[in-house]
Amino acid sequence: MTAQLTIEDFSLVFRTRHGTVRALEDVSLSVERGEIVGVVGESGSGKSVLAYAVMGLQDAAARVQGGRIMFGGMDMLAASEQALADVRGREIAMIFQSPRTALNPIRKVGAQIEDILREHANLPSRDLRGHAIDALARVRIPDPERRYNAYPFELSGGMCQRVMIAMALACSPFLLIADEPTTGLDVTTQAVIMDLIRDMSYGQRMSTLLITHDLGLAGEYCDRIAVMHAGHVVEIAPVEELLARPAHPYTRQLLAATPTPRSTVDGLVSIPGHLPDLRQDLPPCRFSARCDRHVALCDESKLPWTSLTNSHLVRCRVPL
Amino acid sequence: MTQPLLEARALTKRYPVSGGKRGALLHAVDAVDLAIAPGECLGLVGESGCGKSTLVRLLARLIDPTDGHIFLDGADTTAVSQARFVTMPDRARIQVVFQDPSESLNPSFRVFDSIADPLKRLRGVRDHAKLVAQVHRAAELVGLPRELIARYPHQLSGGQRARVGIARAIAVEPSLLILDEPTSALDVSVQAVILRLLADLRARLGMSYLFVSHDLNVVRLLCSRIVVMYLGRVVEIAPTEELFNAPRHPYTRALIASIPDPARRGEVRPRLDGSPRSPIDPDPNTCRFYGRCPTGAERCKTAMPKLLPFGNGHFAACHFA
Repeated sequence: MTAQLTIEDFSLVFRTRHGTVRALEDVSLSVERGEIVGVVGESGSGKSVLAYAVMGLQDAAARVQGGRIMFGGMDMLAASEQALADVRGREIAMIFQSPRTALNPIRKVGAQIEDILREHANLPSRDLRGHAIDALARVRIPDPERRYNAYPFELSGGMCQRVMIAMALACSPFLLIADEPTTGLDVTTQAVIMDLIRDMSYGQRMSTLLITHDLGLAGEYCDRIAVMHAGHVVEIAPVEELLARPAHPYTRQLLAATPTPRSTVDGLVSIPGHLPDLRQDLPPCRFSARCDRHVALCDESKLPWTSLTNSHLVRCRVPL
Repeated sequence: MTQPLLEARALTKRYPVSGGKRGALLHAVDAVDLAIAPGECLGLVGESGCGKSTLVRLLARLIDPTDGHIFLDGADTTAVSQARFVTMPDRARIQVVFQDPSESLNPSFRVFDSIADPLKRLRGVRDHAKLVAQVHRAAELVGLPRELIARYPHQLSGGQRARVGIARAIAVEPSLLILDEPTSALDVSVQAVILRLLADLRARLGMSYLFVSHDLNVVRLLCSRIVVMYLGRVVEIAPTEELFNAPRHPYTRALIASIPDPARRGEVRPRLDGSPRSPIDPDPNTCRFYGRCPTGAERCKTAMPKLLPFGNGHFAACHFA
């Protein structure tokens, strides 16, 4: 298999008035062709910062401290703004949380899809409309010709998210970054949208990076899951392996805290403590203050990756 | 069944629609019958726009129904208007914990004042020493450390704010606590603490809960019975395990099949496509689920299915249940 996206030892900080926030540290992750990789973590763990960094869309306060992000053969961190702009939307597409705010409220959705095609697809302008309607039909929007003329406010949340997906997939990207694509949607709509993303990924051999806080969702739809905590990737493994044999104490607790059809109230685990302040000097393991397996070695030197199997990696001195 | 704590009969709320046809009405809640027993935890689920929040507001007597009655311990609370009800002692018996505590707490109130406010207004506590004692007791019940009582909401974490929202609701010792998506703004690790707290409080204080949530895995944890709503109407009521194991209404089936479950990866499950019918002036003789329902027969178009008993406390409103 060839990796479509490779992130190696990527570190990023935010310079703020209140100090330097070490948002991401030594993050490594890869996504193969046609693979769905989930990035799971609580709010503040750095999931979205990572997604935006892959797109080359950093906040002005962000400083890359080291590492590499390779998309195909392209070094995303060394690429010019022009080269990035060319790749975004055509080869890497992104869908955002809250589709209604991500769409332009005063333009028809069809016209917004045409914008993408005009910018990236190199089509004669008389074909744009037809392609935009095709894009809407591909995400199974009923009556796409009529919906082409709809404004975002005329569509339900689920329909808006389909329009976002239609826009993202209009140029058949190699990589799709989906940042909490179904947060705020009903569970029935969520299932339809996630089925759609999965079918598109497998059907077109598109790679997908799914950012979510919902382990259950990631567990159903992803091939591999990376668990993030306070700016670190602490564990990465194939789904079945991660769910059956979590090796990092944080992963185990996160799993035990997530309600499933088989949980009981008393069986639900809460994770003690909270995320550390990322502006302070932090120990090598950022989970150590919350961890019940903490030993002296945890505070000594940078944590190595431990391979439990070929594809199951964990960053912990005392894995389970 | 013993006398229910709260009972709704044919509860209906219609809103006039501005613009469009004159006299058009949006049927937010349509002839809902339900009962909550003393000490029971009843779950309420349904998609956004199905009337859950309107029903919550009606049951909490925050708005007046268009039609129908609400009985509290057998007494008709709808006999007086909402404006009058506010001044009655029964007001304190039904309290609501709202979604997203960062939005529902007054940002300029310290925690103390947020919890003391309902005590002053609803229980008429005037004596300062008594007030302090009751605020501290409520804070203690929800596990809020005493040093946080002088803080403002923005100085608290999400989990602490959720505790304040619960503390102010239970301070007046209600008989019924309505929880409107109490954990949807929280991370799972904090959600677990709050859910355990809620289970513990109910055991200790003997309150009834109406638990509204879109997360069926969460509802399942706390509730013994679940009500499923679709477009303003109750489509199914059943004991929790029975609802999950043997749902009778096609909407409930689709809802349960939509819960993400890693154990059922790759299985092809029934999906609910399309969007609900318009809630504005719906045909009273057509099932609200018609058109989106995988079964959908001619009969569904001409006769509204009634909520019928199937034994063992299981009710469903479908011709084919």
